[in-house]
Amino acid sequence: MDFLRPASWEEALAAKAEHPTAVPIAGGTDVMVEINFDHRRPEYLLDLNRIELLSEWEVGEENVRLGASVPYTRIMENLRAELPGLALASHTVASPQIRNRGGVGGNLGTASPAGDAHPALLAAGAEVEVESVRGSRFIPIDAFYTGVKRNALEPDELIKTVHIKKADGPQQYSKVGTRNAMVIAVCAFGLALHPETRTVRTGIGSAAPTPIRAKEAEAFLNAALEEGGFWDNGKIITPSIAKQFADLCSGAANPIDDVRGTAKYRRHAVGIMARRQLGWVWEQYRGTGRTLEGAA
Amino acid sequence: MAQNTRTVPAGTPTNVTQNHTKGGIGESTLRPDGTLKVTGEFAYSSDMWHEDMLWGQTLRSTVAHAEIVSIDVSEALAMSGVYAVLTYDDLPAETKNYGLEIQDTPVLAHGRVRHHGEPVALIAADHPETARRAAAKVRIEYKELPLVTDEASALAPDAPLIHEGRDDHHAGHVPHPNIVHRQPIVRGNVEEARKRADVIVEGEYVFGMQDQAFLGPESGLAVPAEDGGVDLYVATQWLHSDLRQIAPVLGLPEEKVRMTLSGVGGAFGGREDLSMQIHACLLALRTGKPVKIVYNRFESFFGHVHRHPAKLHYEHGATKDGKLTHLKARIVLDGGAYASASPAVVGNASSLGAGPYVVDDVEIEAVALYTNNPPCGAMRGFGAVQACFAYEAQMDKLAAKLGMDPVEFRQINAMEQGTLMPTGQVVDSPAPVAELLRRVKARPMPPERQWESAGEGADVRALPGGLSNTTHGEGVVRGVGYAVGIKNVGFSEGFDDYSTARVVLQVINGEPVAMVHTAMAEVGQGGVTVHAQIARTELGVTQVTIHPADTQVGSAGSTSASRQTYMTGGAVKNTCEAVREKVLEIGRRKNGSYHPAWATAELLLEGGKVVTDGGEVLATLADVLEGEDPIDLELEFRHRPTVPFDLVTGQGDGHVQYTFAAHRAVVEVDTELGLVKVVELATAQDVGKALNMLSVVGQIQGGTTQGLGVAVMEEIIVDPKTAKVRNPSFTDYLIPTILDTPTIPVDVLELADPNAPYGLRGLGEAPTLSSTPAVLAAIRNATGLELNKTPVRPEALTGTL
Repeated sequence: MDFLRPASWEEALAAKAEHPTAVPIAGGTDVMVEINFDHRRPEYLLDLNRIELLSEWEVGEENVRLGASVPYTRIMENLRAELPGLALASHTVASPQIRNRGGVGGNLGTASPAGDAHPALLAAGAEVEVESVRGSRFIPIDAFYTGVKRNALEPDELIKTVHIKKADGPQQYSKVGTRNAMVIAVCAFGLALHPETRTVRTGIGSAAPTPIRAKEAEAFLNAALEEGGFWDNGKIITPSIAKQFADLCSGAANPIDDVRGTAKYRRHAVGIMARRQLGWVWEQYRGTGRTLEGAA
Repeated sequence: MAQNTRTVPAGTPTNVTQNHTKGGIGESTLRPDGTLKVTGEFAYSSDMWHEDMLWGQTLRSTVAHAEIVSIDVSEALAMSGVYAVLTYDDLPAETKNYGLEIQDTPVLAHGRVRHHGEPVALIAADHPETARRAAAKVRIEYKELPLVTDEASALAPDAPLIHEGRDDHHAGHVPHPNIVHRQPIVRGNVEEARKRADVIVEGEYVFGMQDQAFLGPESGLAVPAEDGGVDLYVATQWLHSDLRQIAPVLGLPEEKVRMTLSGVGGAFGGREDLSMQIHACLLALRTGKPVKIVYNRFESFFGHVHRHPAKLHYEHGATKDGKLTHLKARIVLDGGAYASASPAVVGNASSLGAGPYVVDDVEIEAVALYTNNPPCGAMRGFGAVQACFAYEAQMDKLAAKLGMDPVEFRQINAMEQGTLMPTGQVVDSPAPVAELLRRVKARPMPPERQWESAGEGADVRALPGGLSNTTHGEGVVRGVGYAVGIKNVGFSEGFDDYSTARVVLQVINGEPVAMVHTAMAEVGQGGVTVHAQIARTELGVTQVTIHPADTQVGSAGSTSASRQTYMTGGAVKNTCEAVREKVLEIGRRKNGSYHPAWATAELLLEGGKVVTDGGEVLATLADVLEGEDPIDLELEFRHRPTVPFDLVTGQGDGHVQYTFAAHRAVVEVDTELGLVKVVELATAQDVGKALNMLSVVGQIQGGTTQGLGVAVMEEIIVDPKTAKVRNPSFTDYLIPTILDTPTIPVDVLELADPNAPYGLRGLGEAPTLSSTPAVLAAIRNATGLELNKTPVRPEALTGTL
């Protein structure tokens, strides 16, 4: 195995172009596990740790430009107001040591349906900026996940920056695991209210071959909120709307039975998380609830 | 060793009380290795290194039950950097199997594999990566055989026999060759007693396969010696038991296999069986080079035995005033492919199967099966854990049916000193079962809704789901449950369970220094701490050196069965007493004529001096020992003898000592998501005498947490269709984190057992018994669900199985 260690982004792109099979490594919290367990023997490892721009973030007018390698700890500490859903998701990632190393770029690169960041990115709305020697392009998060552990990257492309919409309303994130910390998701759910556009977005993790949105549920809730004038009158959402939203989220899931849980449980849990989160974000929206950052 | 080498029987009262030396027993002295372990500087067995050493790799079967049609090692052997590839055909001696009690385990598979992950070939290479790649190039052709995975398939008319032609000492009395051992316990008349019952409850309980999950994986270093022998440095639980199994396979006399304990990262029973010991020695002797083997976590799940999963059927009856009438139980333990400790686990599960209760009419039957599942053997609690899970669930069912408080119901039936066990053995030392329950019940309840006390918003760390932010209080219901258990201490059923201690006392630089040398495996239990305390107390010295544990001294027995403080602590005490007598003999010889008290008074060694029981100083130890050869004694120590259980009735004084703990669990359950937060696990335990309270509390809290783990998350999942392990990793085999670990208030009783050294009672296992059923009872209390299986999965709480 060759270890490529570019000093700059340009060198990294050149290396990736020359060796398209090279596996990028930053925090190493995914890649090293696979190597240590002999699940993967890449010809080349492409170490991105010397590239500073990947560890930087910038809060803009509408978006946060999040470098692919910004560790989860930084997101939790510095971006709770701008990216509350992702900050909550970051806090559920593994242990403090892993959170100090791992970043969103790794989650996207691996594209496991169980990656903790995905539901938060789907709910917030994001674009993934990828680049190669051929140039750069922006991939909408909805189009990024193409299959089980597959994404829309070309072999010569690297993930540079994730452009995530700054929260314009409350966001929530929950993950079910059979332990109270340091656990891989049995399933996960993210919800974001977007009062500016009067829309909601969702994200479901570990309950389908890829991370997905519950689009039918979103459409239903958008219509119901509009119809009832909820955005303006700030009334409590009726239990029947909440239930139907939860049922539709549950129905959007397409999970499997595996060693971590049954498909039936995953579908059930997605519905419970959806109903609860709708209650939490709506309480926040109505201004009577908790701070925007959420509770974790 | 012959029984007549016995010196001072356990618990022989000595007429002096040595208790005035700093750092002696009863003080919470700190572990000598504590700081090193916390700071990451402690050298574990996996940290060893030797110049020119090779790395050993085990190649394991990928299927559970198959005939080995062919093995081709040529491609692996041809690789550069590969020094040896060994299979069954390369074994050097007549003996090719090993085993704790039944030598049924092949060192390397011979023509057939019986479980997923069975060792088939060994590779030594100059780099671990090379060894792994070479392993991948060994070509093995398997022809799969039908699987035995449970009782039905084990005992079916056409069942394949896991071990054909058995001739072990259990083969003659078992009803089927796929049953390792069967132990009935019959007392009184269940059929008659059942007629007196006003209520009868039955239950079927399933206990999942738990892993010891020690954090330091199996590892060791074998160094070939010039005399044709081998020096083996290894993390294990019982050096001499290893030695007895290793030497014959190597074709060496035991004195040519010199073993030294290296840093052990936990054990919990999982190191009682051999893992890489013989393999590393074989490779070292073949290559003439030192060979190190370190399992990774994946391999570790295949490299040691697990706790027996069990199916237990229980029937209890009681009168309307709450007295137990009878018990009928059947316990089926899955021993997997090889016997390991299965026979002894059967003995425990059956003899302790009634729990700490008075019940005169009993029929219990326990069996362990041979199957193609992973081999199971020793783990903390050893058969008593599975039984406790079942009988405690039964106690709650009976109390509910009678409309009684579950604690009061237990107290009505609680055994006490003088009670007869179902084996007919008298419980002849304190058995404060009712008192332990009273204490945990009397404790104030933890405050409700603690997640709200943190100020703004919900503190998710105090809620089910924890950091995963799944509830802010929605769906959360509190439940409370109680349980109590009984465990034996020491090896039972007639086993000659001795320990040995060598103690050297000499003057170094004008100071008296004691050296304690035993073969006790320090696996984290704190033996090295209490040995020094005992030597200080008994010899009145402050400086005590603990010699590394090795086989140059006699056996210390196993670090298991809650026995080491009793047995090797007892051995150290025993040898120190003999050393003390030598000191006084020398003192009398040298100084006797100067002071009459040398001849007339009771003399003590305290604070580095010889003093009279009236406190008068006669001499310093340094003066007495000056110019003398070091006093160097090695003596064996035994607990009182036990007898085997009768194979038909189960009667017999089979156990050495009993130990008891009770728990009250307070849990909060997210009833919609099926997630559990254990809020508090209050415990009370009688330890006889706490030699080191800090260590005692640590053991109790650790055991309690291990019991919690199996209640709510820990299980090795074996696919019933393939008998393959589905979750051999810490990603999917979950153990409790600190956020899963509740407050564990510990109430320690010290009611002396007159038979034991210092009156102490072995304590390491008892908390592991009652913690699991207490948590289950609390979850049942919160949810109203029956929950007859460990671990409780979210699916079981939400009807989504």
